[in-house]
Amino acid sequence: MVPTDPHFPGAATSGGTSHEICRPALLRRALIRALSLRWVVLAVLVVGAFIYVPIIDNFRVSMTNRDIFTGEISQVGLENYQRLLDDPVVWRALLNNTLYAGLSIVFQVFGAFLLAAMIEGLKSRRIRNLCRAIYFVPSAISTTVTGLLFYFLYQPEVGLLDAGLTSIGLGALSRPWLALEDTAIFGIIAMSQWQGFGYSTLLFSIAIQKIPRELYDAAIMDGAGPVRRLFAITLPMSREMTGLMVIVTITGAFQVFNEIMVMTAGGPNNSSQVLGTWLYQQAFIQNEFGYGAAIAAVIFAVTMLTGALQVWYTSKRRVKL
Amino acid sequence: MTVSPISTQTDGDRFWNALGKTFILSFLVCLAIVVIYPLLWMALSGFKTNAQIFNEPFAFPRSWGFDNYVAAWNQGVRSFLFSSLVVTSASAVCTVLISAWTAYGLSRSRMPGKPLITAMILGGMMLSPTVALIPLVRMMQSLGLYNTHWALILLYTAFRIPFTTFLIRAYMLDLPADLDEAARMDGASEGQIFWRIILPLCAPIIVSSVILHVLFAWNEYLFAMIFTSAQDVQTLPVGLTSLMAKHGTNYAQVFAAMTISAMPIVLLFFAMQKYFIRGLTEGIGK
Repeated sequence: MVPTDPHFPGAATSGGTSHEICRPALLRRALIRALSLRWVVLAVLVVGAFIYVPIIDNFRVSMTNRDIFTGEISQVGLENYQRLLDDPVVWRALLNNTLYAGLSIVFQVFGAFLLAAMIEGLKSRRIRNLCRAIYFVPSAISTTVTGLLFYFLYQPEVGLLDAGLTSIGLGALSRPWLALEDTAIFGIIAMSQWQGFGYSTLLFSIAIQKIPRELYDAAIMDGAGPVRRLFAITLPMSREMTGLMVIVTITGAFQVFNEIMVMTAGGPNNSSQVLGTWLYQQAFIQNEFGYGAAIAAVIFAVTMLTGALQVWYTSKRRVKL
Repeated sequence: MTVSPISTQTDGDRFWNALGKTFILSFLVCLAIVVIYPLLWMALSGFKTNAQIFNEPFAFPRSWGFDNYVAAWNQGVRSFLFSSLVVTSASAVCTVLISAWTAYGLSRSRMPGKPLITAMILGGMMLSPTVALIPLVRMMQSLGLYNTHWALILLYTAFRIPFTTFLIRAYMLDLPADLDEAARMDGASEGQIFWRIILPLCAPIIVSSVILHVLFAWNEYLFAMIFTSAQDVQTLPVGLTSLMAKHGTNYAQVFAAMTISAMPIVLLFFAMQKYFIRGLTEGIGK
């Protein structure tokens, strides 16, 4: 197909028979195509240099150890990974990450779904918008601020929680929540639910808004009550968002760091340690970079798994649509 | 008496519906209180004295002086806020500009190896910053960027390009292809097509991308904590923890500092809610 428009760059310069222009035109087109790489070159360089290179380098570091006294670096093979298996804190951290994921799925996926269904069932548009906006506010605030806020809330001397418990006659329950091994991690997870539920509620609200109204009208005609409609229409119609949210929540739960550092720094007695904070402790406090890198490899494995799951899930959905 | 086929509701149904609605409304109100009350407590405690925080946690402040806020501001919050502004705005501009370029190339031009490049850039979304952390420390030290704003600007840009490109690319893919064809016919260069036609059409998603980036960069903690150590380089999330370590016993001042650092982003959220929500929807829903 030869363009006839005189403004077309290829047509303006080329003369002669079609045979003569054939090869230069091909070359030219290849050159133009190669030139369009300029749009992506910066991103490829930045992403390559600061994401891909360090992540690959992490595996090399994980097979080395640095002598604390001489600073000499030695190749130790898989020794750091062996050490992971024998480290009780790693198992505790994995347990805490899993607890984080599990409780977040309960509250920020299923709880948020129910909440979004309640909000979207309201008649007044203004109240719906107000609810979503208010619940979202903590998600916009930095986790350092919310973490510190709850650190104070949980404190026995000033905290609202214990003062509140005492005022309603439950003073016996009051305790230094973050200073006890049994409750520290749950105190942090509770803060995280408070901070994050509004975000997922907003996403579920958007998903529920996309459900065709006719389905509900038909169900009402058939005499289905609100609860019936929730389980027969709203839940199946937002199944895709639910699946996606479960995956995203698990990925997030294995990357927690900020709230733990601010509220307990992993204590007391490593009871609230997660993989991220244990990595920090080992690499940057104990100067065990090799071992820290091995912990990072565990985080890598989990997030790659959930990431692959997410890609599979979204592509499956695309095909169906 | 005949009942019309549409109104199948009996009085009993109506009673249960009303009860259900009342229950739902009161639940939503209680939840709103649970969300708002701690934040209000934080802001109000900034006006109290330490003694009042300890003795009357539920009471309103006795006076409304801004002493704690001023003290917190002078104790370092000013410089943390400045650092946060510099890092957030510089990385937002870099991220969104580079991502828009990249999205244009990936969605509207023919380039060799496009699927591979797309997979590489978008695949970056799956990679967690924590995993890159240890090698990055050495890299930043050898580049001489450790303890500078540049370290954070570079890293925030790099780690947000994948997601931002994903957002903008999805938007650009939905724009009709005839646009470029027509412009090309009129003799417009690729650069002109990008700046004059495609970018303006993408304005809504660009605004959403900027806002989502600001939300991320303003609140980011891991990199900020590892790569900055001097007070004049630290951003708010890290600065707050060092303020806490130094003046942790002066609760009122810490509360004031926390309120100052949360305020800008909350105001931004309420001002730009529409774009916030668009970004979130595009990000996860498409």
